[in-house]
Amino acid sequence: MLEKKLKALGLTGGEYDTICSYLGREPNELEMALFGVMWSEHCSYKSSRDQLKKLPQDGPQVVQGPGENAGAVDIGDGYVAVLKIESHNHPSAIEPYQGAATGVGGIVRDIFTMGARPIAILNSLRFGSLEEKKTRQLFTRVVKGIGDYGNCIGVPTVGGEVFFSTSYRENPLVNAMCVGIARKDMLVRARAQRGESTVMVVGARTGRDGIQGASFASCELTQNSSDDRPAVQVGDPFMEKLLLEACLELREKDLVEGVQDLGAAGLTSAASEVASRSGLGMEIDVEKVPLRDENMSAMEIMLSESQERMLVIPREGCEVEVVETFLRWGLDAAVIGQTTEGSDLIVREGKTIKGQVPVDSLVDKAPRYTRSAQGTGKKQEQIKVAEPGDIGEVFRKILASPNLASKRWVYEQYDHMVGVNTVWGPGIGAALLRVPGTKRGLAMTTDGNGRYCFLDPYVGGIIAVMEAARNLVSMGARPLAVTDCLNFGSPEKPHIYWQFKEVLRGMALACQKLNTPIVSGNVSFYNETGGQAIFPTPVVGMIGLLEDINQHLVPGFQEENLAIILLGETFDEMGGSEYLAFIEGREEGKPPQVDIAREMAAQEAVMEAFELGMLENIQDLSEGGLALALAEMTFTAGMGAQVELTGKLPPHVQLFSESQSRFLLTCSEGNLKQVMDFLREKDIPTQHLGWSGGDSLRIKGVLDVPVKEMETIWTNAMANQLGY
Amino acid sequence: MKFGIVVFPGSNCDRDCFWATSNILGHPSEFIWHGDDRDLSSFDILILPGGFSYGDYLRPGAIAALSPLMERVRGFAGSGGLVLGICNGFHVLLEMGLLPGAMLPNRNLKFICRDVNIRVENASTPFTSKLAEGQVISLPIAHGLGNYYLDQQELKVLNREKRIVLRYCDEEGNIVDEANHNGSVENIAGVINPAGNVFGLMPHPERAMEALVGPQREDGRAFFASMLDVFKERGVLDAGKET
Repeated sequence: MLEKKLKALGLTGGEYDTICSYLGREPNELEMALFGVMWSEHCSYKSSRDQLKKLPQDGPQVVQGPGENAGAVDIGDGYVAVLKIESHNHPSAIEPYQGAATGVGGIVRDIFTMGARPIAILNSLRFGSLEEKKTRQLFTRVVKGIGDYGNCIGVPTVGGEVFFSTSYRENPLVNAMCVGIARKDMLVRARAQRGESTVMVVGARTGRDGIQGASFASCELTQNSSDDRPAVQVGDPFMEKLLLEACLELREKDLVEGVQDLGAAGLTSAASEVASRSGLGMEIDVEKVPLRDENMSAMEIMLSESQERMLVIPREGCEVEVVETFLRWGLDAAVIGQTTEGSDLIVREGKTIKGQVPVDSLVDKAPRYTRSAQGTGKKQEQIKVAEPGDIGEVFRKILASPNLASKRWVYEQYDHMVGVNTVWGPGIGAALLRVPGTKRGLAMTTDGNGRYCFLDPYVGGIIAVMEAARNLVSMGARPLAVTDCLNFGSPEKPHIYWQFKEVLRGMALACQKLNTPIVSGNVSFYNETGGQAIFPTPVVGMIGLLEDINQHLVPGFQEENLAIILLGETFDEMGGSEYLAFIEGREEGKPPQVDIAREMAAQEAVMEAFELGMLENIQDLSEGGLALALAEMTFTAGMGAQVELTGKLPPHVQLFSESQSRFLLTCSEGNLKQVMDFLREKDIPTQHLGWSGGDSLRIKGVLDVPVKEMETIWTNAMANQLGY
Repeated sequence: MKFGIVVFPGSNCDRDCFWATSNILGHPSEFIWHGDDRDLSSFDILILPGGFSYGDYLRPGAIAALSPLMERVRGFAGSGGLVLGICNGFHVLLEMGLLPGAMLPNRNLKFICRDVNIRVENASTPFTSKLAEGQVISLPIAHGLGNYYLDQQELKVLNREKRIVLRYCDEEGNIVDEANHNGSVENIAGVINPAGNVFGLMPHPERAMEALVGPQREDGRAFFASMLDVFKERGVLDAGKET
């Protein structure tokens, strides 16, 4: 009987014994449920906490590191950027529209909870093959869910990525990131400053939706997972918009001590985490919580994950003004309890105490597991790819690979301009936004190649971070900070836990070298179906700073006779490449390697050359290699180029190898010698490939394709598969 | 010379409009909260901004149109005041009956956000006098319901009275189906009332004010410059201060 109950709550027998020892008695049903959600992997990070500590989290720029609703970093002029990324994978697998929509809602709340105005949303998506109808349906609904929510609240969706591989067939990934801006001296923390502070819940009424969503997110998806649809929440972006404006107004008027959004594990998590951070106790009376459904039990009220709700702690004496502010925005605010000088979370129903547990037993003293890790021991082989018969044909074909083709079909469904700060929106490596009130620009991107990580988790972890940094450098921005979303299979399996540890080891090294601390993030385990885990997929959300927004570069060839320079060395590294996957149908081999010293030197040299004003374009090389980078540069202004491959490797390797630490640069003819000398002085391998101009991409002796033709293939590929 | 920007719950281009009129053009501008009992006589131009007033529940603009403030806006328009409705603000004007027609979902059933080409059909309105008839401009659109509908009879009237102000076109200014992003009847992007002082359009001129952001052109400025011209002529505005 007990065993069955524990299983339903996601607790183990050992954990039950621990609970009994913390309480000095057996927990009642409500208390057991509180532990069930708070000790779930999703809320407690019980399998990841010890590993996450190995990531660099500090730096002079860090104003708020992990542990709050979001991280914050100094961007100068008295402002901070607030950032966070989070997964909504399981809800999106079961109910793609609401799952994705509420993923956006949740992450945006994390940002404005901190007193920051959200200025951008990014999404990192992973799906199975678009050849399959099921994937097309899931994908279409997820994109619609993201769009409908973000468009309504008026926060532009400016970037992200989409990647398709059969590995994600049953368990797609939907990661949403949000970036906000706040005055440094006006950040709000999710904590109370004293005992007997009033605790209010504001926003939507509490219903039966999303009960135990946190536990649902912490187990493997099964055949019967669609029965868990009630565990998926329903979003109301209009309510969110009202909450957003009301909360920012409260901050402006300095009426609150603390604000915490109600996300996973609802009121339970919000109350216990605020109490824990404040070093206080808290009393909640469930009878005072405004309800949407009738006859809800104390347990249902405490566990509901109804969306668009906030826990608000007004400053002493400001309670009335807080309520009036919310009323003006048409929002109900109800006093549901208070902080106490004690150390317990007490749940009342009127006068009856329904549950009483020490706050620290729910939060700090949640179990921690060091899982056993065991690598496969398999060494990935260097892959040799035979020269294709017709390289022009192969080039045209790969332009239509959903992983490389234009994502216009996706991002045109998102309002990416609202807010009038979007200098460069979706469609290029990173987005660039003006920081309102300053002359600075904030570049942002998400990245993480799960295929590389599957083939070599350590190297994949490094690449995820370095590729994100290269995207920012391409916008002329210096990398500043990271938020990460770590998507993996079950940590209880040694080879998955090994992947997790290895990826983190790689990311930690890269972040440390770049001086980009990880200030917030999220871990999503149990991304498995039928025992089959997804590719280990860290998604790195990175932001960077451009000192003068008016100095920003334009992506792509804008004029004729620009010198095209390849910076970095190309090796025979076709393993794990998009070429191998799309043309030959193989996701295998040794992925490209990274020499950290060379990588850092390349990024630094590009930044310096940019800051010296020598460059016209910067484009990093990633999936699809040199071929894709060249093609993309021709699309912005419909201008071609003539280049010559001067390396010793076969042309298809020079064009499609995904060797790291490379950039394409352009400069005026007059600056060519200066740029080449500058780079050679720094001992960076550099080749002058050719010139921009004409209306086709001509690679001497290899291929000659009109820009119009390339662009048509590239632009329409996704719409052709999905319908307009 | 003062701009009033009406804010409904769910408006989300209100701040962008304010940025355009106040920060960029440097004119006194003020938000008008829909619930405030305000006298509008101190304003010269009212803007109904884009967004999702009342979350687009029922129909876009339907609930906002019933806001008590809107009766004052109707009075303001009735006495000749300039009213500009952008995107969701255009919906509100349609729901109020200040402009004819209705909006259907875009014909591809998707939200569309992109820069589009627009041909100016009537350059003798207070909103377009700084443009030329037949001129092709670039403005962003961002909407899910912008498929403008009007029956044949009304369409004839609008055409005859030159009240179709903007049409979606290709780069050369041809009114073709491929350039009709949302499926609007006769590619219509903006219309004006018979008196010529209430103008609604789906594209966002307030997003095309600075080369730094938006479509790298500043075609949106012409609409504001045109409106300001009206007041310059009336002598309300110092002639040097229109842009």
